[in-house]
Amino acid sequence: MAEKGGNKLGVSPDERCAIGISFGNSYSSIASTIDDSPVVIANEDGDRQIPTILSYIDGEEYTGNQAKAMLIRNPSNTVVSFKDFLGQDFKSIDPTHCHAAAHPEDVSGTVSFKIQDKGEKEASTLSVSEVSTRYIRRLVQSATDYLGKKVTSAVIAVPTNFSKKQREALVKAANDADLEVLQLINEPIASVLAYDARPEAKLEDKIIVVAELGGTRSDVAVVASRGGLYTILATAHDYEFAGVHLDKVLMDHFAQEFMKKNPNVDPRENARSLAKLKAESEAAKKSLSIGTNANFSVESLAEGIDFQMTINRLRYETIARKVFDGFNRLVEGVIKKAGLDVLDIDEVILSGGTSHTPRIASNFRSLFPDTTTIQAPSTNPNAINPSELQPRGAALQASLIQEYETEDIEQSTHAALTTVKHITNAIGVICVSDDGTETFTRIIAPETAVPARRTVHVAAPKDGGDVLVKIVEGGTHIKVTKPEPKAKDNSAKDEDDSDFDDSEEEEEEHREKVWKIGTTLAEAAVKGVKEGGKVEVTINVANDLSATITTREVGGKGGVRGNLKPA
Amino acid sequence: MAATTTVTRSLPALPEGWSADKDFKPITKITASSQRTIEPVGPHFLAHARRARHKRTFSEDDRIQAQESAKKIEKDDESDESEPEDPMMLQREAKDWKSQDHYQVLGITKYRWKATEDQIKRAHRKKVLKHHPDKKAAQGSSEDDSFFKCIQKATEVLLDPVKRRQFDSIDEKADVEPPSKKESGKNFYKLWSRVFKAESRFSKQQPVPMFGDANSTKEEVDNFYNFWYNFDSWRTFEYLDEDVPDDNENRGQKRHMERKNANARSKKKAEDNARLRKMLDDCSAADERIKRFRQEANAAKNKKKNDKEAAEKKAKEDARLKKEAEEKAAKEAEEKAKVDREANKKAKEAAKTAVKKNKRILKGSVKDANYFASGDATAAQVDAVLNDVDLIQGKIDPDEIAALAGKLNGLKVADEIKGVWSGEVKRLVGAGKLKDGEAKSLV
Ligand SMILES: Nc1ncnc2c1ncn2[C@@H]1O[C@H](COP(=O)(O)OP(=O)(O)OP(=O)(O)O)[C@@H](O)[C@H]1O
Repeated sequence: MAEKGGNKLGVSPDERCAIGISFGNSYSSIASTIDDSPVVIANEDGDRQIPTILSYIDGEEYTGNQAKAMLIRNPSNTVVSFKDFLGQDFKSIDPTHCHAAAHPEDVSGTVSFKIQDKGEKEASTLSVSEVSTRYIRRLVQSATDYLGKKVTSAVIAVPTNFSKKQREALVKAANDADLEVLQLINEPIASVLAYDARPEAKLEDKIIVVAELGGTRSDVAVVASRGGLYTILATAHDYEFAGVHLDKVLMDHFAQEFMKKNPNVDPRENARSLAKLKAESEAAKKSLSIGTNANFSVESLAEGIDFQMTINRLRYETIARKVFDGFNRLVEGVIKKAGLDVLDIDEVILSGGTSHTPRIASNFRSLFPDTTTIQAPSTNPNAINPSELQPRGAALQASLIQEYETEDIEQSTHAALTTVKHITNAIGVICVSDDGTETFTRIIAPETAVPARRTVHVAAPKDGGDVLVKIVEGGTHIKVTKPEPKAKDNSAKDEDDSDFDDSEEEEEEHREKVWKIGTTLAEAAVKGVKEGGKVEVTINVANDLSATITTREVGGKGGVRGNLKPA
Repeated sequence: MAATTTVTRSLPALPEGWSADKDFKPITKITASSQRTIEPVGPHFLAHARRARHKRTFSEDDRIQAQESAKKIEKDDESDESEPEDPMMLQREAKDWKSQDHYQVLGITKYRWKATEDQIKRAHRKKVLKHHPDKKAAQGSSEDDSFFKCIQKATEVLLDPVKRRQFDSIDEKADVEPPSKKESGKNFYKLWSRVFKAESRFSKQQPVPMFGDANSTKEEVDNFYNFWYNFDSWRTFEYLDEDVPDDNENRGQKRHMERKNANARSKKKAEDNARLRKMLDDCSAADERIKRFRQEANAAKNKKKNDKEAAEKKAKEDARLKKEAEEKAAKEAEEKAKVDREANKKAKEAAKTAVKKNKRILKGSVKDANYFASGDATAAQVDAVLNDVDLIQGKIDPDEIAALAGKLNGLKVADEIKGVWSGEVKRLVGAGKLKDGEAKSLV
């Protein structure tokens, strides 16, 4: 999806210094690959999550946390939460998150901000494109300073529902900041790539749910990962349950506590108090991701009154439950939209700042079966920092394509290459289990893009001999077993009274995924297999869904080979 | 994909008699696929692109064509059409949120309790884009944000599952009034179906059995009424609570209000249960299916009874007839036996007489033949001939006697008579009944 115009700057591959950028409404990050491994770069303030904020005071420009601090003193010259406005007309933007900062304005349809960027005398009207350019320029400068080399190019991660117009506007804003955009990639895919590029990662066919829980929005995608190729099966976007809503829960809580001591002084009713309340609430929220207690302390919160209190994590999780439940429903909803079940999900990647929250990860843990990996810091010590997934993925992609000619990138990412047939049903081979029942063993997963080639080694019957290789299609269904109403077990009663506590849980029905054997595609015979031998089966599906099946004894000579006609 | 998976479960043995050309038997094609977009990201994609592209270049047209054939993942929000906004509604104040129709505020009255969370969120976003006060201010109109607050309140209620149920519990606009007797006449099933469909939103147990139509089976109808007479409803009436004072000063007052609310809720709940019960009573009373099933059941019951009686009667009659027949047969058999016996006796007597008569003929014949003597027969001659006649008579049965008598009857010439006798003796000797030389006098 290289957008037209990305090459306006005419940077040649050998001049390039490319980085990855995650450009959010709340925070942005920059990353580069150093010796093939991605590193998220800290800006001059030492921040790796750089608030996406641009602020002016006395003609001086500030970004990141310095700009964020201005929200208290100088909100009207501080621009926040503008990224989604790129490429949109005024009619279709949601200005909610700009309320306590510079308000977006309608300049003949173009979203703009009136900012005193040259001192106090006059105000300029800055389009959202101009604001973005200025902000991106600062990001690039930080990267250049860190790398000691002029950054010329970038891969930028964008939400999957970013429209063509928004993508074009982002590329333009970057180009205006002298930054060549090598490619815009979808945020969930950047996160998946960050995990898949780890040296210890195994190339496996799996279904991944990527939950990107950010500041102002939550985006969830169901991704089929097949032989390292990624296909998005479904997405959901949510603006009602995100980081700011957790901030809001804490703001209300602290405000109410404050008002218990100071009746009739509501810190939410004064803009400056509100800004302080918000900043400190967000800080407390982040602390609660690490510790079990957080301190909330603001000097002169309202009417000159200082306020200090602590909150423990349990309390927080109780008052924020509605928001947490919202995340669960969002994830369940998108899985359903993909026509899948939680049992079909192999991995859940938690990405975005809000994904640091332990409770969200543990809620997902209980939503999914034990076999599903939940990639979050609190459930998996090897998980990658969720705030770094997108910039890392973008940097990895940048390093992969920076040597390409611009024309080549455009052609290689062309829709003619990305639009391909996907197999509908799984393809596999029939095996027999110990009790003699036939079972389906998957070789190629459903939703695999073609061409595709997969090989398995399957045991032959113990004594060897002639074996049947029966290639079939397979499907799954969810088998629900209601627990037998448990007869009171009196036998162990007097000895062991300890296990009556989990009776509630045992009432729950048991759900499992079972394979159904579908139509037979082909049969082949491998003859004279040695005792204890194994049989290799390779299926190669071509673009037109014709297939070649080869099978032979592992280590044996010759073998059987046959073709299936195109579908 | 280079890595090879290993499976420990084993392949089946080749069935006896399996054979195929080159040991491979193709059977069907792979099921048709869908076009999807793979993400142009990662080393494996680049390898794919290299292979697939093979120095080819693609035009913008190719792009458009390819994109059109791909399955759409992102849905544009434009797709749901907006409901017109009632100007009166736009005048609302958020403080009156209790009386506001949250679905109307978000423009999703056509869904109401059926609206999915996703639909509510999208509806909210659309309203925010339109009514955000900062936008209105930026466009120079008044900074009145009261309707925007109504929107926020509606969303807050509808996105909170607990609050949403409280609101849905009292959302009268989602109610479907039960039809009156008159109305329900022709459209009985259609109208009542709607009523129960609306009512089913309160069911803890989902899915809820359908009302069905005239063709529903008895089992379906029974199942339906059983379900509804045991309806487990989550409907609550908190939403109609009177405000409880928030301050701590007036604890007594607060507790009083809380108690009042709790009472009001349970009263309303009881009324609601009674309403549902009455509705079910009304519906079932007018339900032709139930009447029909009852009639059918009665008819079936009567039929059974009648059938049983008829069967009993028939059995009795059958038994009677059988007995009569048996008696008659016995009597007939007896009579026949008697007749037979008599006939038998007569025949035997007749046979005896016949034998006597025939014997007389036999003896008469030898007498007529003068005992085969020329001149007067001596007593010895007579004796010998009569002894031999007796001998022969003793060897042959009455039929043979009759036959012999037949041959002899009317014969007067001695030689002819002798001829017959000697023939008879010869016959008997031939049959081994007489020894050669016996009955000499007759030869
Ligand atoms: N350690 C933490 N624990 C909890 N929340 C955190 C933590 N770190 C960051 N956040 C929250 O994550 C949110 C920012 O997420 P992220 O950095 O992914 O932003 P973003 O991509 O710009 O999001 P969006 O575009 O949706 O606004 C903020 O609400 C922030 O408070």
